[in-house]
Amino acid sequence: MENPMTETSQAAVVVRDVEKIFNQGKPNQVDALVGIDLDIQPGEFISLIGPSGCGKSTLLRLVADLLEPTTGTITIHGKSAHQARVDQDYGMAFQQSGLFEWRSVERNIELPLELKGWDKAKRRERAQEMLELVKLPEFAKHMPWQLSGGMQQRIAIARALASHPKLLLMDEPFGALDEMTREHMQAELLRICAAAGTTVVFVTHSIPEAVYLADRVVVMSPRPGRITDIVDVGLGRDRNELTREAGDFFARVTEVREALRGIELADQARGIEDR
Amino acid sequence: MTKRGRRFLMFVLAFVFVASAWELYKAVGPEEGGTVLGMRILARTDDRAMPHIWDMFARFGDPEVRGGEESIFVVVLRAAWYSFRCSLLAFVAGSALGIGLAVLMARFRLFERALMPYLVISQTVPIIVLAPLIFSLMAYQSRELAEKTWLAAVLLGVFLAFFPVAMGTLRGLQSTPAAPLELMDSYAAGWWKTLWKLRFPNAVPYLAPALRLAGAAAVVGVTVSEISLGVRFGVGRLILSYGQEATSDPPKLYTAVFGAAALGLVMAAVVMVVDRLLMRNRPPEAA
Repeated sequence: MENPMTETSQAAVVVRDVEKIFNQGKPNQVDALVGIDLDIQPGEFISLIGPSGCGKSTLLRLVADLLEPTTGTITIHGKSAHQARVDQDYGMAFQQSGLFEWRSVERNIELPLELKGWDKAKRRERAQEMLELVKLPEFAKHMPWQLSGGMQQRIAIARALASHPKLLLMDEPFGALDEMTREHMQAELLRICAAAGTTVVFVTHSIPEAVYLADRVVVMSPRPGRITDIVDVGLGRDRNELTREAGDFFARVTEVREALRGIELADQARGIEDR
Repeated sequence: MTKRGRRFLMFVLAFVFVASAWELYKAVGPEEGGTVLGMRILARTDDRAMPHIWDMFARFGDPEVRGGEESIFVVVLRAAWYSFRCSLLAFVAGSALGIGLAVLMARFRLFERALMPYLVISQTVPIIVLAPLIFSLMAYQSRELAEKTWLAAVLLGVFLAFFPVAMGTLRGLQSTPAAPLELMDSYAAGWWKTLWKLRFPNAVPYLAPALRLAGAAAVVGVTVSEISLGVRFGVGRLILSYGQEATSDPPKLYTAVFGAAALGLVMAAVVMVVDRLLMRNRPPEAA
């Protein structure tokens, strides 16, 4: 705070030379990620896309400090990833909403605040604010299992955003939803994150989802997991249902699809040895 | 009719059914018993071996011993109440011990590996052997302890009750799904915080049926030890001494048996209330 210039110019996430190797030196060694470099600006929405095994979820977990990189460094707002986790600088949401079934909706949203040691009155107030943000204010006292899948996922997002983190990490959060709910949730997510200026790293395997949401789509490929392409979406910030039918949107979808197909072709060319 | 009403009706009907079967066999079965292929299979049906159901209940109104002042109903009720309090203590202490052991085993794998075989073996030791052993150990310590036979009975109730609770809780603690664990990790929550906020609540659906077993085990542990040790005020002692009068006063033994059964029923009710409290606000299919 003493130096506002560096504060604003500082990247939200910096990934430098990161490599993640599981079971190093053993016969079942897996090169999950090699040579990863990525800079994410504050307020930017980044989609990670790629075939399964490309390490996109691993990369997300490295940023979240749920895994440690084998080599390289990850910095979040100038802090180490570990410090960022300890300080609860980011919120996280998974494919399964992961709501605690024994807690009411509002107490689920309060969970991260509870762990930060907030007092009850303040927690209640924030939970109500978050419920209004995700447009479910009348469900505070409901139990999670009384809500639909889409509503549960919205509560999970409310929980992830409850402490007003500047960074939101999401691992296929809409993967289990039907197409209609999914599109609706995407629009909601953009509205919520734009309002709060949140930086988002979003893992998905849906091309239209990646393009619709992101400022930049990071295309990844497997064996070893690496970044092969970064597609600038450039559709502006004001996206709505018409965006999904715009020519630019389709052009970007095609671009991402071709980047992914390149991976597939390269994979086939390398041939039988891999199989 | 409400669900609860139907359940109660079934409970009564089951009793009527068993009582009718008893009386029916008594009416048609051979007085002196019967043999099939040279083996004594059919029970005798005379009043000594199988008193009438109504005689058993009528016996409740008579004094315990000829010329005594109190009806046997009061005596049996007092004994059952005494044993119930011992069983409740065993249930509570056993559950606490079981949960504590499960937490330790979940926290330290070494502890689990070292302890688990002994826990399993411990449950194979017959309680009828263990009761006098525990009691003589206690009696050896001091005269005061020697007079507390009830404490030995409670300890054996604990010994039987802790096991299902430990197993159920451990299973529940270990079956916490990966996603919420990762979530707690992302909050940098430590092991004990994760235990309290996540693992333990997650284990509750496993704990509830374990408590049901523990309730029954506590009653068995206490009453069987009472029989084995002759604990003065317990219902187990009544079963023992009334059993010795079975030839002269056959229905008397059954009053004590009904007393023990009532004790078990009350315990089951207590456990059901605990279960309801634990499982409130849970998804209906899990409850």
